[in-house]
Amino acid sequence: MPMQHIIQVTGLTKQFNNLTAVNNLSFTVNEGDVYGFLGQNGAGKSTTLRMLLTLIAPTAGNIELFGLPLNTHRREIMQQTGAVIEKPDVYKYLTAYENLQLFAKLSGIKPTTQQLMEQLDMVGLNGREHDKVKTFSQGMKQRLGIATALVHNPKLIVLDEPTNGLDPQGIADIRNLILHLSRERKKTIVVSSHLLNEIEQVATRVIIIDKGKKVIEGSAAELFDPSQTVLELDTLNNEAALILLRQSQWAQFLQPRRSGTLILKLNRTVIPQLHTWLVQQGVQVMQVQPRHSLEDLFLQVTSGKQHVEAFTN
Amino acid sequence: MFLLLGFSTFADAQDMAPLVNKLKAKLDQVNDYQATGVLKTDIAFIKAPVSRVKVYFKKPNRFRLVKDGGISILPKGGLSVTLNNVIDLGNFVALAAGDATVDGFAVKIVKVLPGDDANDLVLATLYIDEKNLLVRKANITTRENGTYDIGLTYGKFSSYGLADKVVFSFNTKNYKLPKGVTLEFDDEAKTTDAEKLKNKKGRVEISYDNYVINKGFDDNIFK
Amino acid sequence: MWKLLQIELYKIFKRPRTYIAFGTIASLIMIVQFGLKLDGKEYVDFMLSTIPGFELGGNVLNGYLVCYITLMMLLINVPLLVTIISADMISGEANIGTLRFLLAKPYSRAQLIIAKFLATVIYTFLLLVWLALFALLLNMLLFGVSDMVIFKSSYIVVIKSNDVFWRYLGAFGFAFIAMTTVAAVGFLLSIFAENSIGPIVGTMSIIVFFTVISTLNIPLYSAIKPYLFVTHMNNWKEFFDEKVDLNNSTISGTIQNPQRIINSVLVLLGHTVGLLAVAVFIFKRKDVLS
Repeated sequence: MPMQHIIQVTGLTKQFNNLTAVNNLSFTVNEGDVYGFLGQNGAGKSTTLRMLLTLIAPTAGNIELFGLPLNTHRREIMQQTGAVIEKPDVYKYLTAYENLQLFAKLSGIKPTTQQLMEQLDMVGLNGREHDKVKTFSQGMKQRLGIATALVHNPKLIVLDEPTNGLDPQGIADIRNLILHLSRERKKTIVVSSHLLNEIEQVATRVIIIDKGKKVIEGSAAELFDPSQTVLELDTLNNEAALILLRQSQWAQFLQPRRSGTLILKLNRTVIPQLHTWLVQQGVQVMQVQPRHSLEDLFLQVTSGKQHVEAFTN
Repeated sequence: MFLLLGFSTFADAQDMAPLVNKLKAKLDQVNDYQATGVLKTDIAFIKAPVSRVKVYFKKPNRFRLVKDGGISILPKGGLSVTLNNVIDLGNFVALAAGDATVDGFAVKIVKVLPGDDANDLVLATLYIDEKNLLVRKANITTRENGTYDIGLTYGKFSSYGLADKVVFSFNTKNYKLPKGVTLEFDDEAKTTDAEKLKNKKGRVEISYDNYVINKGFDDNIFK
Repeated sequence: MWKLLQIELYKIFKRPRTYIAFGTIASLIMIVQFGLKLDGKEYVDFMLSTIPGFELGGNVLNGYLVCYITLMMLLINVPLLVTIISADMISGEANIGTLRFLLAKPYSRAQLIIAKFLATVIYTFLLLVWLALFALLLNMLLFGVSDMVIFKSSYIVVIKSNDVFWRYLGAFGFAFIAMTTVAAVGFLLSIFAENSIGPIVGTMSIIVFFTVISTLNIPLYSAIKPYLFVTHMNNWKEFFDEKVDLNNSTISGTIQNPQRIINSVLVLLGHTVGLLAVAVFIFKRKDVLS
């Protein structure tokens, strides 16, 4: 029987003293999803993922995994779940192989040496299996962390900020690994990040949260829809350009202005035409910045955040 | 001053040297002995087990007590200053100090003073059973090791003047263990037997069960 | 549970820190041994100077006494060695980030924490076995065995050679129970921290603080003294005191105050169980933010 919902969260709330870290959050992760969890640092991503893993107890709300309530079926759920939370979680005084073996045992399985070696190979640690982890780079530790999370072949993989502190190559490695796990191994993956482009490249579904609340949730297809591209236009004289635009066929795409610049929402494919038209009208264009709607939304959330931070600091 | 006064009182007393010499002649039969016995220590601040001991003696006054593979804790010199040390003085003054009864035996009280000032012995009071020619009791004062009493009980080795049981008793009032010396900080209440032990005379008792007399043995034992 | 315990033990004995304790004990004991081997006579003479007029015959400074001296010097330090592991059991994992990994595994938190505590207890046990090996067996080999003379604060006890060994078994058993309590203190504190320094310092401070209180002879403090675990930690010495008969001769195989040992064991076990229960209670409800 194919399972529809792997994760179903309703009304999840977490209160730390006076701070509401997660506020009445609801979302659903379906089987086979790569579910992108987007938000600024401190938005509540980590707290939410930790609640999914029983590391933090919710103040209110309901969590079901694999159709089972988390608070009553923790053991069964955890047997099918693997997780890497933030930093690489491994024992530095053990070798890569020993770490993997230990976590396999913790998950109640006894893989053969060959299976373990294959796992290490998959995360690109071949040749370093028997080196102590303290000699590893951050990226290697992170990949080993992921290998340990996968060692018991879980159905659900939770990765919290898996690319934090990695160099570009490390980030690319993790991205490829996520795609591999999703496409080849048919895993359901929840991955969080504060960087949109990371999520954009792997996610099938995306949620953006801010201050513990859901801002938007949807499929990548609709959120990254090219017909919903937001264009930010800056010219030498924005007032004059606006008058011209309002009187043209482009008027239907106009959006409220933000801090002086002009905003249009249109299909990505018509941007060259707009550009040509502007030049023909003699508008002196300084900058044309197209973003898809999700990116635009995320940036708004982010800039708002930065604004607040600027004040509080 | 008191010492001088003491001498003057003895001066009038009867000279007991012949009796002491007679006794010496009897004890002189024994050139050496090895004895086995049981040692009991009853000293207020010492808890020690009853243990078997071996005692070695050679003329004139070499003496050694060995606890079988164990540790003995005894008054310093106390047990080795025996009758032989007294008897063997050679140059001494023996004065009669009256009659008494010890364990039902009539005894003469004899004060023995060494003629030599350098001797460790200051004064010995012997309670001599004239009839059996045995010392029933002695009170010995030494320079180094204080004063103690020796009680003697005789059995089958009485013909050699060797006792079956020797009891040394001495005053332990002066001995006190300073606190903290042993890194122990246990409270006073712990010495539950303290009351029982307090103000008691110290006693060391040896009960001999066998003597091997004049058979000779290696001198190394005294080293 | 057994598997968790195995894993915890594996982790303990795979880390270098663990062997610091074993190395420290071995070297401390060897320093004491060396000193007493060279200068032991002085030490005995010093002890004897407290009872002028008496002399000791026989092998006074034998393995049994040396072990006793060693224990008196060393058992003060063992709590630190126990704590460096126990106080790190949870805080250390929080520090390196493995705690959240462990807690997302299909074991309950209670299982995990009890397995961790049992592992600590086994480590403590092995540490004391190690201590016994060096302090007792090695000293018996080096210094021989004979009766044991112990200078208590107001009296001297002579224990027969063949009556000593079982007392040491008792003393080490007692020390194990006491050290388990120390381990439980460090263990509880380690829940609240994200590195082991705080809990180690905390545990040692608690021990020092309570020791000072229990040493001060102030009536107010005396009232709480019987309830402080540190008061009881040194009662292993009670094994080395014998009852005497009417002739003031010791009775082989007896202990002067067995009730005192039983009391201490109960107080210590009570503390251990209580501390562990609190640890489980708090840990089960703790949000893991490390």
